[in-house]
Formats: sequence, structure tokens, C-alpha cells
Amino acid sequence: MAMNYNAKDEVDGGPPCPPGGTAKTRRPDNTAFKQQRLPAWQPILTAGTVLPTFFIIGLIFIPIGIGIFVTSNNIREIEGNVFMYYGLSNFYQNHRRYVKSRDDGQLNGDPSALLNPSKECEPYRRNEDKSIAPCGAIANSMFNDTLELFQVGNASDLMPVPLKKKGIAWWTDKNVKFRNPPGTDPLAERFKGTTKPVNWVKPVYMLDSDEDNNGFINEDFIVWMRTAALPTFRKLYRLIERRSDLHPTLPAGRYYLNITYNYPVHSFDGRKRMILSTISWMGGKNPFLGIAYIAIGSISFLLGVVLLVINHKYRNSSNTADITI
Amino acid sequence: MGDPTGRREAQRRRQNKPGPSEKYELRADGPTSMGSLAYREDLEEEKNSEFTWEVQANNQAYNSQFKEKVFLCWQRKKYKKNVIHTAKYNVFSFLPLNLYEQFRRFSNLYFLLIILLQSIPEISTLPSFTLLVPLICLLTIRAIRDLVDDIGRHKSDKIVNNRPCQILTGKSFLWRKWKNIRVGDLVCLHKDSIVPADLVLLASTEPSSLCYVETADIDGIKEGFPEEVCVQPQEIAHAKALRPGMPILEHPGGGWKVVCEEPNSRMHHFVGCLEWKGKKYPLDIGNILLRGCKVRNTDTCYGLVIYAGFDTKIMKNCGKIHLKRTKIDHLMNRLVILIFVSMVVVSMALAFGFWHKVKEFKAHHYYVSAMHPHSVAVEAFFIFWGYLILLSVLVPMAMFVMAEFIYLGNSVYINWDQHMYYEPQDLPAKARSTSLNDLLGQVEYIFSDKTGTLTQNIMTFKKCCINGVVYAESFPRPRGDPRQGLACASPPPPQENPFLWNKFADGKLLFCNTQLLQAVRANQDWRVREFWRVLAICHTVMVQEMNSECPPNPGDQLVYQAASPDEEALVTAARNFGYVFLARTQDSITLMELGEECVYQVLAMMDFNSIRKRMSVLVRKPEGSIYLYTKGADTVIYERLKKKGETEWATEEALASFATETLRTLCLACKEVEEDVYKEWRQRHQEASILLQNRAQALHELYEEMEQSLQLLGATAIEDRLQDGVLETIKCLKQGNIKVWVLTGDKQETAVNVGFACELLSENMIILEEKEIVRILEVYWENNNLQGGKKKELPLQFKMALVINGEFLDQLLLSLRKEPRALVQNVNVDPLESWQEPGEERVDFLQARRLSLMWRTLGIQLRSSGLIPQHKDSKTLRIAEKQRERAFVELASRCQAVICCRVTPKQKALIVTLVKKYQNVVTLAIGDGANDVNMIKTADIGVGVAGQEGMQAVQNSDYVLAQFCFLRRLLLVHGRWSYMRVCKFLRCFLYKTLASMMVQIWFSFYNGFTAQPLYEGWFLALFNLLYSTLLVLYIGLFEQDVSAERSLELPELYIAGQKDELFNYWVVLQAFAHGTATSLVNFFMTLWISQDSAGPVSLSDYQSFAVVVALSSLLSITVEIILITKYWTILFLLAIFLSLCFYVVMTSLTQSLWLFKHFPKNFPFLYADLNVLSQPHIMLVILLNVSLNTLPVLAFRVIYQALKKPQRKEEVEKVISEEITVEPVPCIRRESRARRSSYAFSHREGYADLITQGTILRRSAGVNSDMLVDHTVPPDEPSGSMKESLWYPRKMSFLGRKRHSHHGKVSSEDMQPPSEVSSSLTMDGQAVCPSSPPSQQSLAIWIFTGEVAIFS
Repeated sequence: MAMNYNAKDEVDGGPPCPPGGTAKTRRPDNTAFKQQRLPAWQPILTAGTVLPTFFIIGLIFIPIGIGIFVTSNNIREIEGNVFMYYGLSNFYQNHRRYVKSRDDGQLNGDPSALLNPSKECEPYRRNEDKSIAPCGAIANSMFNDTLELFQVGNASDLMPVPLKKKGIAWWTDKNVKFRNPPGTDPLAERFKGTTKPVNWVKPVYMLDSDEDNNGFINEDFIVWMRTAALPTFRKLYRLIERRSDLHPTLPAGRYYLNITYNYPVHSFDGRKRMILSTISWMGGKNPFLGIAYIAIGSISFLLGVVLLVINHKYRNSSNTADITI
Repeated sequence: MGDPTGRREAQRRRQNKPGPSEKYELRADGPTSMGSLAYREDLEEEKNSEFTWEVQANNQAYNSQFKEKVFLCWQRKKYKKNVIHTAKYNVFSFLPLNLYEQFRRFSNLYFLLIILLQSIPEISTLPSFTLLVPLICLLTIRAIRDLVDDIGRHKSDKIVNNRPCQILTGKSFLWRKWKNIRVGDLVCLHKDSIVPADLVLLASTEPSSLCYVETADIDGIKEGFPEEVCVQPQEIAHAKALRPGMPILEHPGGGWKVVCEEPNSRMHHFVGCLEWKGKKYPLDIGNILLRGCKVRNTDTCYGLVIYAGFDTKIMKNCGKIHLKRTKIDHLMNRLVILIFVSMVVVSMALAFGFWHKVKEFKAHHYYVSAMHPHSVAVEAFFIFWGYLILLSVLVPMAMFVMAEFIYLGNSVYINWDQHMYYEPQDLPAKARSTSLNDLLGQVEYIFSDKTGTLTQNIMTFKKCCINGVVYAESFPRPRGDPRQGLACASPPPPQENPFLWNKFADGKLLFCNTQLLQAVRANQDWRVREFWRVLAICHTVMVQEMNSECPPNPGDQLVYQAASPDEEALVTAARNFGYVFLARTQDSITLMELGEECVYQVLAMMDFNSIRKRMSVLVRKPEGSIYLYTKGADTVIYERLKKKGETEWATEEALASFATETLRTLCLACKEVEEDVYKEWRQRHQEASILLQNRAQALHELYEEMEQSLQLLGATAIEDRLQDGVLETIKCLKQGNIKVWVLTGDKQETAVNVGFACELLSENMIILEEKEIVRILEVYWENNNLQGGKKKELPLQFKMALVINGEFLDQLLLSLRKEPRALVQNVNVDPLESWQEPGEERVDFLQARRLSLMWRTLGIQLRSSGLIPQHKDSKTLRIAEKQRERAFVELASRCQAVICCRVTPKQKALIVTLVKKYQNVVTLAIGDGANDVNMIKTADIGVGVAGQEGMQAVQNSDYVLAQFCFLRRLLLVHGRWSYMRVCKFLRCFLYKTLASMMVQIWFSFYNGFTAQPLYEGWFLALFNLLYSTLLVLYIGLFEQDVSAERSLELPELYIAGQKDELFNYWVVLQAFAHGTATSLVNFFMTLWISQDSAGPVSLSDYQSFAVVVALSSLLSITVEIILITKYWTILFLLAIFLSLCFYVVMTSLTQSLWLFKHFPKNFPFLYADLNVLSQPHIMLVILLNVSLNTLPVLAFRVIYQALKKPQRKEEVEKVISEEITVEPVPCIRRESRARRSSYAFSHREGYADLITQGTILRRSAGVNSDMLVDHTVPPDEPSGSMKESLWYPRKMSFLGRKRHSHHGKVSSEDMQPPSEVSSSLTMDGQAVCPSSPPSQQSLAIWIFTGEVAIFS
């Protein structure tokens, strides 16, 4: 609570007649800013002025929508690179405690975090006095089914479709965010003093034979560690590269999918899915986006028409008063 | 001299009778003991003032022995030092104290608690920095502001504490600093120095040890009365009639001892006694020099410090600022509570959802089951708190801090506004309060003081009518500022100064009529001569000769000091026309009549009072004949004329025309009195004046007898000049649906006159006065009773105005007076309570009456009111009172204008309270004087007019203006803008908070109610702080819906604020709905699209999803704010640009590798934005979200506007047509010529007695008085008016209210030539008075009010 008394008032002698009649005037500066007269544009939104916007938006959105929709439908033709996904439903990868249960420091190759993971990883932090690498619930519950795709040949022989393991994770994840523990030793040596997550069959440094896809920078692992936003999600599993321009990547025919079932989803009523898709410039097959664009474009166009009518009807009145807030 | 004391005692008792009014007297200027009795009586009556304050001059050992218990056995010196510290903090205490202050604010404390909760890992749903960073930023900003304020205070403290002054040390006065002054010190002050502490004046170089002080710093005083007088006890003055300073040096320490009351805040009250050489002398406020005053016209004076530092009256008076809060403030607080409550409810609902989900998690979802070690109930309990933390982002924490800055900014604009700068006084407008700006846009009632606020309180002699001939100004005066006019002195250049022949002519007078001048100089018509003589003789003006340094024009040396500006104008006019009032003594008046000096012997002064409405002076002319000169209200004079001939009719016509021009008129008359008639009359007069009973009555009758068969001389017309632009301002405000009430202490006639002058009243209005009001209220009352307590409209469709006076209000406001709390709080009375009671009880003053013919013609159903006044019990009575108040307020609010005259400061405040209480509207009080302080403090907004009257009003006000007309701009431009800005800001803020944060709730449905935050922690932390703040801040500071010019052209725009149109629950609901819609769109559109997305970088992972929703929200909000902003300046573009830049920069920073490397846990969103936004299809999603959020709303808004406008137009037309039909109201003429009797005579009675009793005064105030006591006693008026006159401190400075007790004489040195007579008389007085018993000493309150002198 401030005092009402201001010693300054005493000094100044209050507003009238400053002592000694100083030559300095207290007239406020006549600047545009102080006088609140900054040059300004005062847009007045009336039916007439916003009308073109609606038409323009309508005219832009509808073609975009159609474009997306058409491309999205064309994706059915499996050409170009084909992405192979696995999908899970009713799996809460966005559960708060689950999301937190990781140690980004450890995954980034921090040697101290490797041996002493963050507390966030509890209760998947240590096992039998050894720190778990990678620690945490996310890593522990890593999807470990194996999917293999075979093309059923003419003579019912199975020709394996080559599935590429690399290139399925974000480049920045693979090259920046996830790092193996530093050193030149073999991976097993570098992970010394750690143990595998409880649910895992083999330790992290044995996820893949490829040195460049092993340990923390194993792309399957990285993909899993990038948690999903929703309980029903799909994750990129493999890449089927197009071999030549002449042939479709996955020519029409019968295919055989071999699933090594490791991952239990039954207990929580989960579902597993396998999805094959190509992507275009606007992502994967996504009819919804296209439809949404077309819808909004149409609505915008329609509103434009309504505004046109209103503008026509009330033109006289709308010119006069603009006093609304 | 009679025996006035007994009577005064009786009066005094009457005043001091503990009545309801006394109970909650506001300190600053409540009627403190105005009585003029010796201190012993005060002693008896002042129960609370024990004389425990002892000070010995220059005896530190003695003074410091007094201790004061502070805490347990710890004591400190009782007498404070003169150091003042208004600063709140010092270096060490700043941090803890400031933090303490800040955490006393609920919102800060709340967030602190949330942050503490967050540290519990079980429920920590948000990263710790998310709430910590904003809180720290807000605390820092706030602390910096406090720090800057406090540094300013420190600086000014330092300046004040280090001011030099002379203190007696040893045998000589040495220069010391103010802070060195201790109680008991002897201080020497020189001309123009500021009084450093409260002193008892001991001696001064002036004769009779007077000291003149200017109180402008404390409250200021009117121009022309720059000196207040501190009079010393006469005896002491004698004791030191030696040489200045001598006694003090001779007796270091002097042996003076002061015993007085403890320090208190009563500015006008002091009781104590001074002991010197074994004798005791009473001290009262007149002997005290208060800290902050300035010594004027006194070379040197000496004082004894009794109160120092914070014990001084001025410091005691600056209590805590009464915190005024705005409507929006209240709404905002309620809103936050509402949000908080709904947050708790939502949290509980979500926790309940989790209750179900957690069972499933524990049982089936093996991958998370280990995460839920606790039982289901405990887990749900935890999640409840988790949600409370998560959703705390919905509580707009930053809103309060930002609102504070917006308020500050808008206040600064007021200070900066050139249009509210008043050049002649070099005075810009000033917003002293920085938290009421939006309220300025909602004002519905303005309570205005009259004098000094509406009017300039400068009376100008406009016209006169002599012998039936009207003389107006013969050349037009340049319109414009009168002060400038005063400055350039003479009439316009083309003409030579017509008064050159008259060396006494006052250049200030602008009235001139060559024709009249010729007539005067011809000196042929006796009526013309007598006309000016009346003006020169019949008055109570005091004259003072200034020691001017320009000998060629000795006329300038005459300075008139009048109790009312009217009289001054009249006497000055006479002076210019050659009838110069030179001097007055107790029994003579010296005139210079056209260069010839004449001395008139004053035989009797028949003073003015409000009943007589006239004043007469009986004089013996130099040639020996006796004349009675009278001036007074036309009605009164006309009744007493000898004959009514052509001249009289012509004069009456002139009077009527003056009245229509709203000039204040006065009739002048005279008659010759036969010597024997006089002798006989004098005999009876002397008998009457010593009567012990009914003296006033007897005198009154004698006066009446003498003032008969007069000869009319003419009439004068004086203009009570309105301030510049008052007319336009009032008109404009009325268009803006603002009701202007004039509350004035002035008389009814003058108030009505001003009402007409400023067009508040007009001829086609029905002016309701007391009687009519009573009748209407009765009808209202009955109708209400008959309809079972249902509220019925008052039957008034006509243009009406109320004119009421203080007495009437006194009766009306009884119940308010009983509940002092109502003064401070805006009590909402339960309407049922006051209407249930069948109002069978009549209140005494509402006598049962039949309706007058007037109301019959208006078609009001008449019902006989055979109700007899009776008191049942206090409760029903109180209800009746309340009902009456309510009815009154309702009636008043329907009137076009309300004028309350003769109201005391307290009543002013009560009226404001009344309106606040029953109308629940925003009130604004504007005034300039000390008598407006109560009102200014009580009203929602107090505006002080910093004019001639100084600082008291200003220091209690929220806004300071130099002129009334600036009110228009303050309200219509600044007020409206501020209100609009604040409303828009709040709306935007709510919208943006909800739009961005509601997604948390939606997300909960998809994450198993685990309270997982959707947004990245840093986005949450910075969103309200950086990304979205600048734009709403821009709206709050710069938005202009219409330009200033247009705001002034269309005052109707102001109505929106009065109706709370821009921010109310409906608006909040809209913002809420809009925000929810936006959040739904952002969340679900993204969700649906993400389900099908593919590719390594898709929407389906949590981080990408979060980024897309966050960016969609941010952009949607930005676009929305862009669209509703109507004032796009370069700053706006800058704000947009900066906001987006902040997003880009901060996002890339928080998602950078470097931070991730070091704090992987706190910065987990490594390169998320980069990856996501490099995908074109994700950009398309964001675009989709933003356009879906924007387009329909935009279209809806435009369509709604287009459809609404025609309607509005129709409404306006309707209103106009209605008004037209209402217009032709039968104009009921008031029977009396009320308007005409707005006579120019605004001062109180009692003045003449002061002259005749010779109690006045000293020379410097221009009073050369001291005359024989011819008759002494003022008519003993009915108690009401007496009380009134006492209560009626119009326009007085607080020091002006000091009692100046004079012991019946003024020393001879005071007297200046040319009054040889007077000096001998004073000698006489001197000889008599000191020895005379106290009862014979006449004690006078002398209140210089500019207009009013109060006598008791």
C-alpha cells in the first residue's frame, strides 16, 4: 500500500506554478506516437471487402483438394517406393508415464547415462544390479514381430521381396538424436556393464548385424522410440525400394506374408496390422485431407455467394456506419 | 459588543451535539470544531485528545526522555525525527519484501503452489520450467516496475530530507538539513522557505508577529488570497514586540514548553498550550505552521517544532490510498475463479475417466502396468492433481500482469495528450491512478462541483441598468481565455483605454460603455451618481494597498479583498467609473468620487443574509445628510420601493433580459433618511442590539423598518463566467447518455442560474423543487403500495430537472448516514427487502398531501393519502427510509438534470453514495476544492480540476485536469478507448488461452486420461509469454476502433461502455465458445488426417502431432487477432513479425542439438519442427486448420454486422421520433420569478459584523477595519440556516478553515494610511481588550473562502 503522500508533490509544489517559473514547459510532445496518431490502415471488414477473399480461397482450395484426392486415390497403384507398416491398436504409447520412461541422454550415447540411467526409466532402470540399456518402458515394450514378404511365383514358389531396413527413421533421429556409446571398440564392448531390457530376447547391440544399424541407432528401435500420438497407430517397418522404372515395385500377384509372432497384444485387446503404401508429394494415401480441402473450398465459395447477396442487399446501409467493435 | 459568547456557546453545543452526521466524519474536511472558543473548552469536549505531548524548546534531554513502547520491553523515542521515508524498500529488504508483496496476490500464490505441486514426481505432469519460466518472468517484470517506482520515491525523499533550514544550535541559527530537525528545535524560516515540520509560531518580523503562509502545496488557495495568516497569541506577540529574533537568542531554549495533543490527522484542528515564564497561553491551529506550507511576505519567523516527520499533520493525513477497483477488474477476478472452478471440475471428471482406465492398464496393458504401483483410488487421486497442474495453463496468469501494463500505458496516454494540456497554466492532464482507465469508458453519472469547475469563479461586470437605461459593453470583448484577457489588461487595442482619466482604474475590468462613461463624467444625473455610490459604499470589501513599484499608476496599488467575487466585481466597476473605494474603518468609508475624496460616516450596516437577500448601509454623507444605500435581489427590492413608475418597469424588463442571458442580477436602491427618523431608529437599534433574547428578530424588524420606500436606482448584471467549453462538453456528455449533476454549496438561485447558463436546464423543462419532489414521491409510494410492492415506473415522460437543497437531502439521506460503510462500499441492496414492507409508515416530512393541479393535468391518478406520519419501530422506519431513497434516486435518474445546492461536502459524498447504491452505475465526481474531496474519494472516479484552488482536490483525485472541458476528451476518447482496449484485450486473451490450451482436454480422451501434455513444455512456457503476447498487448495499448475525432463527433458511441456491452458474461461465453471451437478444429482435424498419414515423417507420432497442433493454434489465434484489430500501424506489423520471429527463434533454440546434448530431458523435441515443417503435406494440414478456424467466423461476423446495422438505424430513428412526440410538454411556469432572483450576492452573512465589531483583521488581507461597534450581532437565524452557513465551507482551503481567534484588536502598526481615524480606534481597542474578561472578547472564525465568510 503506497502512501498517498508523495514527497515529490512537495518538491514540485504541485501542478500549478512551478517554483521559479521555469522556462521549460510541460506541454506534451507532439509526436504521432504520443498523440496516438500513428499512420494507420483501418481495415473495415464488411461483406464487400471480405467477399473476394472467400472466392479466392474457394478457388484455391477446391483444386488443391481435388489434386490431393486424386493423387491419394492413385496411390493405390503401387508404384515407386513402397512403405511397409505395422499397425497396433489400443496400444497406449502416449500414456504419460510410458512416454516419460526413457533416457534420451542414454540413447544419445552419453556414457554416464548408459551406466546410470535416468530415474524416469523406473522400474525398467536396473536389472540384477546392471543398468538396462536401453532403459525404460518404451524400449522394454519394443515391437518384435518379424514380418517377411514373399511373392508367390508362378509355380507357387516363394520369392522373398527385399525389405530395406534402413531409411525408415527420421534422418535427424538416426544421425543426431540416437547415438551409440562412443568408442571404437565393438558394440558389445561399448555396452559393457549393461543388461538387456527385461522383455528383450537379445541385447541392444545384437539387434542387427549391420554395424550401422545396430545398437541405439537401429532404425526399428528408433521408430519404436518415436512414440505415437494416438493409441491406434502405425509405424514404418520396412521399405520396398523400386528397382527399375519399368517394373512396378510390387507387381500384381499373390503375396505371402510370414509373421513371426512374438509380440502379445491379446491381453489388451490389441490388433496388429500390416499396411503397404506408397507416398506421394502430399504424404501417403490420405483421402480425408483432399475431401476436407474440397469441402472447405466449397464452403468458402458458398459463403462468398452469401456475402455477395448480402452486400448487394445492404450495400447502402453498410457504407455509412462502421461503428461496431 | 453585547454578550455574544453565550449565544455562541449555545450554537457550538448545537454543532457539537453528537448527531448521526458526526459519526463518520471524514477526516480531511469534516466539520472539525469550528467553534471559536478557548482551548479549555476544547479540552473538555475533546475526549480523545489527551495532553500527553510535551515539548520543551531546545531541550533535547527533556524531549528524548519520552519513550514509546514498541514491543515488549523494547522502547524507542516517542518523538519521531523529521526524516521521512516514503520509499517502501531498501537494498536489503527489496527482494524479500517485494516477493512477499507479490505473492500476496492470489494468482501468483496459486502458481507458486502449482509449481510446488509439480515437484512431486507422482503428479508432475508438466516439465518444471513450463510454469516456472513465465512466473519468474512476470515476477521480474513486476519487481522492476516496483523498483523503478521506489527509486523515484527514494530520490524525492532524499531531496526533501536534505532541504536546508536554520536550526538554533547554541546561540545561533545554523544551516542544517530537514532531516536533522528534532522535536523541540527552534527553527528560523525566511521568506519563501517551506515549513519543514509542524511548528508553533513563536515570533516573526511582521507586526504583531503574524506570519503569512501559502498553503498551495498542501491544498492551495485561491488566487488573490495568496496569504494565509497564522496569528499568534497576542500576548506573546507583545512579548516579542522587541526586535525580531531577539527574544529567542536571548533565551536559548527560551523556557518555552508546549503541551498539546498527540499527533493526529485533523488538519484544521489543534489544541495545546504554551507555557512561558510560568504563564500559559492557549494554542490552536491558528498558531501552527504546518509542514509543507510556504512562508510568504514575512521576512523571518521563528517556530518551535512540535511534530516532526511522520507525526506532522500532512503526513498523518496521507493515509493509505483507498484502492478503487473497476467493474472489469471484478469481472476478471470472478472469471478467473470461474475458470479455476471449472478447471477443478474438469480435472475431477478426467480423473474419474482415469479411474476406469487405470484398472484396464493395470490388468491388461502389461507394458504400463508396472507404472501403476498404487491402488486405483490413489492413482486416480494423483491424476486429479496431475490434471490440476496440467490445466493450470488455462488460468490466464499473464493476463493480470499484462493488464497492469495496459492500464499503465493508457494512463500515460492521458498524460501525453496535447489536447488536454492547458497552456495558460502549463498544465497537462495527469492520471494519478493507473487502474481505473476502463472505468472512464463506462461513466454514467457525473457529479460536478460548480464554482471553479463549471464556472471560472471570475465574476465580470457585464451590464448595468441605470434609471431604466441599459448599458452594455460598447465594444465587443475578444472571446477567449479570460486569464489572457487579464494578462493583457486593457481593452482591445483599437480603442484607447477609456479609463485613462481615472488613475485608480483597474485595468482588469473589461466592461466599458462610452455612453455611460460620458454620463458619469458629466456628473449631472443624481441617479447615476447614487448608483455608483451604492456600489462603492454598500459592500463588505476590504481594501489593501500594495507596495507597488510602479508609481505612475497608483491605482494599481489598491487591492480589493472581497468575500465574494461578485462584490469585488461591483466595487471594481465603481472604481473604474470614478467612484473609488479607498479605505474603510470601523465607522467610515473613504471614497474618491471623480477625483474628489469624500469620507462617509457609516451609521449602520445591515448585513446580508439569505432570508433578507439584501444588504444596506446607512451613511452620513460628507455634507451631512443621511442616506440608506441598499442592494439586493430584485424581488426583495421591488417589494420595498416607494413608487413603481416607468423607470421601474424599464428596469424590470432589463432584469428579465439579464436573466435570460443567465446573468446574475442585483438591484440597487437608496433613500434619504431624515435626521430625526434616524435618531429615533438608532435609539431603538441600540436597544435591540443589547437584547438578550430574540435579538436577531428585533434587529431584523428594525432593518426591515428602515429599508422601506426605497428609490430604485438601477440594476447590475454580473456574469458568472463559465469555463471554456463547458457548454459543448455538457452537451456532448448528455449525448453520450451521461447524466451531469451539479452539486454545489452555492445558493439555489445561483446554482439554477448556472444550470441555465450551461444549458443543463432549459426553459421547456419542468423544474421540480422540493415540494414537487415530495408530491411525486408520494404518488410513487402509493402506487407501489397498492400494487403489492411491485415496482412501478415513475410517471414521468417529460423533460424534467430536479433542484434540491441540502436540507431536503439531509432528511432524505437519513438511512445512509446511519450506515457509514455505505460510504465506502458499493452496497447492493436486496431489492426485495426494501419493497416487501407495505409502506404504511409515513415519514414526518412527507406530509400527507393531495396532488397539485399540475399533476392532475399530467394525468396522474390521484389517491388520497390519508396516512398519518408515525414511527413504528426502527426497522420499518429504516426500510421506509431506504424506500424513499430509492424512489428519490429513481426519480432523479429520470430527470434530465439534477442540481443540488447548498450541500455540504459530506452531503456531496452521500449523494454519490446514494446513486452508487441504488443505481449501481459508474460515477465520476469532478471538483476543484477541498469541499469536493469527500465526493471525489467516494465516487468511482474522482477528477480534480487543478485550477486556482490548489491541491487538496487534486491530491485525492484519480485524474487531474486543468479544465472541465477536458472531461469530454477524457471520457469520450481516452475512456472509451481504454474501455474498448481492455475489453478487447481480455476477450482476446481468454480466447487465445482457451483456443490453445483446451486441446489438452481433448487429448486426454486419447491417451487414457493419463494427463499427458500435448504440447512441448517450452511451447507452453513461451506461448503466453512471447508468441501470442505482443499482439494482445498491441490491442490493449494501440487499438482504435474509431478515431478520436469521430469519438467526439459521435458521443453515442460511449453508450456501449455504460451498458457493459464489450465485456460481460455473454462476451465471455462467446470467447469461450470460440476458443473451444478453435481447439476442437485444431485437434480433431489433425487427428483425422494423421490417422492415414504415411512416410518416415508423418503426423502419427506424438512430437509431430504436437508440433502441428501447436502451430495451428498459434497461427489461428494470430490470424484471428489480426482480423479483429482495426488499427493497423507499423507497430502492429512489427508485433506480428516479432511474434512469429519469437516462435521461429525460440523453437529452433529449444529444439537445437546443443541444448539437447546438455539437457536431453528438458529439450526432447530435437528438430521436430524442422522435420515436420519440411513436409508440404503437413503444411497443408496447418493451412487447412487455420482456414477452417478463420473463414466461418469471419463470414459470420460480417453477415451479422450487415444484418444488424439496418436494425440499429431503425432503432435510432425510432428513438428520435419518440423524442419529438415527447417534446411539446405544457411548460409550467413557476410562479415566482425564481430565475430572476439569481442575484449576485453569493457570500454568507456575518461579514458586516466582522467589520463593525472591528475584529478584523490585519492589514495584509486587505482589511482595514476596526470600527466602533454600532451593532454587533448577526441576526440569529433559524438553526437550519445557521448550521448551513457553518457547514458551508465552499471553496476553502484547509488552512482557510483555521480559526483565527482575535482578541478583539489589531495592533496599530497594522493600520495603513489613509485612515487616521482607525489608528486611534485601534489604540483604543488595544487598550481595552487584553484587560477585558474573556467573555467580552469577541472570538471570530474567519473563514476566507473566496466566496463565503462564515461567522459564528
